[in-house]
Amino acid sequence: MNVIPGVDPEDFSVTSETEVRTEELLINMGPQHPSTHGVLRVVLRTDGELVLEAIPHIGYLHRCAEKIGEKVTPRQFIPYTDRMDYLAGMNMNLGWALTVEKLLGLEVPEKARHLRVLIVELNRIASHLVAAGTYGLDLGSFTPFVYCFREREKILNLFEAVCGARLTYSYITVGGLMADLPSGWLDQCEAFLDQFEPVIDDLHDLLSVNHIFVKRTAGVGVLSRELAVDYGCTGPVLRGSGVDWDLRRDGDPFYTRMYRDYDFEVAVCRDGKYPQPSPPVPTEAVLGDCWHRFFVRMVEVVQSVRLVRQAIEKYRLAEGDIGQPIKLNQKLPPGEVYLETECPKGQMGFMIVSLGEAIPWRVRARSSSFCNLSVLPELCRGCLVADVPAIVGSLDIVLGEVDR
Amino acid sequence: MSIEEIFQHLQEKFGEAVRPGDFTSIDPWIEVGPEAIADVCRFLRDNPALRFEMLHCITAVDYLEVDEKKAAKASFVPHLELIYHLSSLTLRHRVTLKVMLPRWRDDHPGQLPRVPTVSNVWKTALWHEREVYDLSGVEFVGHPDLRRILCPEDWVGHPLRKDYQMPIEYHGIRAR
Repeated sequence: MNVIPGVDPEDFSVTSETEVRTEELLINMGPQHPSTHGVLRVVLRTDGELVLEAIPHIGYLHRCAEKIGEKVTPRQFIPYTDRMDYLAGMNMNLGWALTVEKLLGLEVPEKARHLRVLIVELNRIASHLVAAGTYGLDLGSFTPFVYCFREREKILNLFEAVCGARLTYSYITVGGLMADLPSGWLDQCEAFLDQFEPVIDDLHDLLSVNHIFVKRTAGVGVLSRELAVDYGCTGPVLRGSGVDWDLRRDGDPFYTRMYRDYDFEVAVCRDGKYPQPSPPVPTEAVLGDCWHRFFVRMVEVVQSVRLVRQAIEKYRLAEGDIGQPIKLNQKLPPGEVYLETECPKGQMGFMIVSLGEAIPWRVRARSSSFCNLSVLPELCRGCLVADVPAIVGSLDIVLGEVDR
Repeated sequence: MSIEEIFQHLQEKFGEAVRPGDFTSIDPWIEVGPEAIADVCRFLRDNPALRFEMLHCITAVDYLEVDEKKAAKASFVPHLELIYHLSSLTLRHRVTLKVMLPRWRDDHPGQLPRVPTVSNVWKTALWHEREVYDLSGVEFVGHPDLRRILCPEDWVGHPLRKDYQMPIEYHGIRAR
């Protein structure tokens, strides 16, 4: 051992781990940290490996969507909704379109309804694939990411064939959809589903039941039912805590009637079991932990595949057209409407206040990721520094939607 | 439970502080006096017949017509509205509450109107109230950490106010 002149080595000898003197340290995580899924900054007050406090700072992606909504007509606002949750643009389009349709008292034709279900459920699969893939990446496993993005790419190709865009679709619009499906698209979509279903099992092997993955997520960041409801958490975060609540079944009648003749199960853990087919819950997992939040999404993918298959059948049989988009400058009746829809990240609510002109008086976007993220300080209190990316990833936030 | 029954419950408990809003509109609403909102919310959450466990959203709407010609014909007097959307997951009903506020406290421009916080009733209000404070300029009395959330800390003004003027520049960045 090298002895430094003038220093007694005994001063630095450590007899046990607990005698190490630690002090609090502020660590700035983000806004460019890869595991924050965008531009989120979290200030961590740490003591050694323990996180004493986590303070999220948001707003880096604030683009004044609500202010813009006061300057444009509802149909012109559709592209701005794409840019909120940019991983699920179709779902955002639908939420806004339905809100305006509720104000107008407009119901779209049957064919448009089935096409909408088809498209949004396909987008839900794509969004959950990103969630699962990047979650693996956060926890240090690259392989599932590649598998997930390979499948997502196929969905994006299908969307590109439908509307020409791969990310910001503006496809679902007020009064219907922008275009009908190109010929042969449904066969391509079915071929994709046939090929995709076995991949879900691969993803379960790579992540859900993978020993390392379970060790990193089970029992980490446990969110109780009460806390989840108190913080307004919705979507997979709420269901991961065991609350049986899905707007597609329990929401506003104006929204649930879109799914009225569809058969699906809500992805929630009942008596320790998830809707089949799905692998058994590992014994280490606690209801409300990161593993459950992740797993709810995987189960939802299976249900979405079911819904897409039903929608394809119903769309084929439906008669009529896909609806007529309203005029760009159509006058809105005076009134206020607030409507929430079940988006992949949670319940996305849009509010429109109209005074009887073509341009709304006020537009409000209640973001699901915003509420889901607000619970982060509670989840991170007392966890290990290495668990912070696991917790942030399990919430599956999109900063475009948090900041709007 | 219907909006009339919810209103009945509230009126028995709070009397004059709650007023029927509009029960025939698409989203029927109840008007609550600004000073009573925290107590009303706590009652709505804790009453076993109501059990509104979830606060979905707090929205502020600024009613002010800046165009002088249109202002003469406007259908409202200038004011600020806070809209609370609540729902019960167990009993599966919803309600909308509205609080009417002056645009400025005591009509002094720059003095933000005050309303009691509901962040001690639902934790989700912690961020929603910060957002309303940031963008619409309402001061929530009793909020433990009322800071700007979406705009930078040194931003001036509240952008969702109808008379808001965009700054000409911000730290050397041209804004207009």
